[in-house]
Amino acid sequence: MKTFEKILLTNMERSGYTGSLADYEGAGGYKALKDVLGKVPPNELIEMVKKSGLRGRGGAGFPTGVKWGFIPKDHPGPRYLCCNADESEPGTFKDRQLMERDPHQVLEGIAISCYAIGAQTAYIYIRGEFRLAAKILERAIADAYRAGHLGSDVYGSGITVNVSVHAGAGAYICGEETALLESLEGKRGKPRTKPPFPATHGLYQKPTVVNNVETLANVPHIVNRGAEWFSSIGVPPKSTGTRVFCLSGHVKRPGNYELPVNATFRDLIFELGGGMRSDKPLKAFIPGGASAPFLTPDHVDVQMDFESVAMAGSMSGSGGITVMEEGTSMVWAALRLMEFFYHESCGKCTPCREGSSWIVQILQRILNKQGRPEDLRTLTEICENIGGRTVCAFGDAEIAPVQSTLKYWRNEYEALIEEAEALKGSRKEIPVLSVAQV
Amino acid sequence: MIFHKHQDTVNDILSRYPVKRSAMLPLLNLAQKEEGYVSQAAIREIAGILDLTPPQVFETATFYTMLNLKPIGKFHVQVCRSLMCALVGADPLIDWLRKHLGIGLGQTTGDKLFTLSAVECLGSCGTGPMMQINDDYYERLTEAKVGQILKDLRETGDCSLKSGPFMVPERGEGVASS
Repeated sequence: MKTFEKILLTNMERSGYTGSLADYEGAGGYKALKDVLGKVPPNELIEMVKKSGLRGRGGAGFPTGVKWGFIPKDHPGPRYLCCNADESEPGTFKDRQLMERDPHQVLEGIAISCYAIGAQTAYIYIRGEFRLAAKILERAIADAYRAGHLGSDVYGSGITVNVSVHAGAGAYICGEETALLESLEGKRGKPRTKPPFPATHGLYQKPTVVNNVETLANVPHIVNRGAEWFSSIGVPPKSTGTRVFCLSGHVKRPGNYELPVNATFRDLIFELGGGMRSDKPLKAFIPGGASAPFLTPDHVDVQMDFESVAMAGSMSGSGGITVMEEGTSMVWAALRLMEFFYHESCGKCTPCREGSSWIVQILQRILNKQGRPEDLRTLTEICENIGGRTVCAFGDAEIAPVQSTLKYWRNEYEALIEEAEALKGSRKEIPVLSVAQV
Repeated sequence: MIFHKHQDTVNDILSRYPVKRSAMLPLLNLAQKEEGYVSQAAIREIAGILDLTPPQVFETATFYTMLNLKPIGKFHVQVCRSLMCALVGADPLIDWLRKHLGIGLGQTTGDKLFTLSAVECLGSCGTGPMMQINDDYYERLTEAKVGQILKDLRETGDCSLKSGPFMVPERGEGVASS
């Protein structure tokens, strides 16, 4: 693996760095904000971020500068920035580290982004379970206000930036940007139909940008070192910069590893992650959070940038890589993820709400050796009737584990169904849905 | 009156939003923190503060899995059961907890100390198996560690094994990256 310079984890990996305001300022923090506020026109900032090639780190990978550019210039306001800290994609745990170990890096990114889009108010929508991260952020915000990095008339520029933390209460779907806005408005977190998009009709129907924690944390660095520097990392012009990849599953050293976006899965899993935890070889991995289709050992030399993973038939999504060793049942793995999606479906769209329940029932049946020969066709059909037929991307996400395991490990499904056929007649019980959780 | 003694906090929460209803989740979370669950009385009070009807507050609250609409034990033990934790041993741990506490999922021990739940992903996939008890995360769990945690909570109401600011791998842990 080629040497490279880390961007986001550099500070926190330094010995003795606590993430306090003094530590952050000592490491050159808030310089970018001071340099731009009232000095660089917001338009230029947006252009800079466009040129950097920075793309959303939450999952969709939408170009950040382009998103900012959608905010109507002539709108009288108010406008809002929402920092999406609802990190809930199974396999992803980077934002938690960014917030708990270097909260001011995120706050500076938020303040600069607010200025760029002309927002005076930012909300950090953090998942309710992250109590410690919320506490750390609240303390950091109070410190930043006291030091004059936030508040009204920041550095005498006449610019106002107010930031507050808004904790959710347990709902995966609130990481979807329009569901996040609904939840922030105090309603059930159900995604909105688009268009209109948040850029024109977002929070309280006002122009709004929703950006992921890691995305925003990159912004001060782009300001400090320039768009060209950032876009020279990775595969310009489309996938640039570094990403904090989250490694989990059957590896020796799971954790957060920052790498250029074009590092390979091999670099992550076998070099930084230390390889498989036992002698069992790699069987499968999920390349970008639970919503990304499974990949096989044939794909370990694929680069982790958005385009390369898409070419391999999956998506780099939220950057969460989960590794599974030989011996893991793929039907079981698909079921476990489906149970997650079944639990988290918000219920707004029929195909997703009903489909996820049906898929769970069929997979449970197959795994319990009570499957039927027609089940695989039914599964395929249900998936086809969910994908593309829902308001948000959740529908496309929930079919990924089923479709991809059916594609690569169909024999495992077939073997279980054959076993069920052989057992037929020897038992009388009726298959019952048993949801393992309460 | 749950919010009576928190009037300053309530005012502070309301001041953050241009639209009152946005204070819904912060107030529901505050109510749960105060009483351990979201009571009917709390729902009526929140409705009063936000100029909504109690059913509007109730229907919102039912959407969010963290909000308990019934009383639970003093310590809510929530073990992650999603795939990433299941790959590294969440299921045996849940079974062990069930036996150790003598209760099923969703149940509370007779002394009203522990309620056990299996929950979906808590965003701690690199350090599984893991669980959340009230506000705190406990990670890289083993049966021995969980036993110690429960013992500490039972005896002192707190446990030093809870996670601090998260970083994995920790400085100097594993190999330094090139």
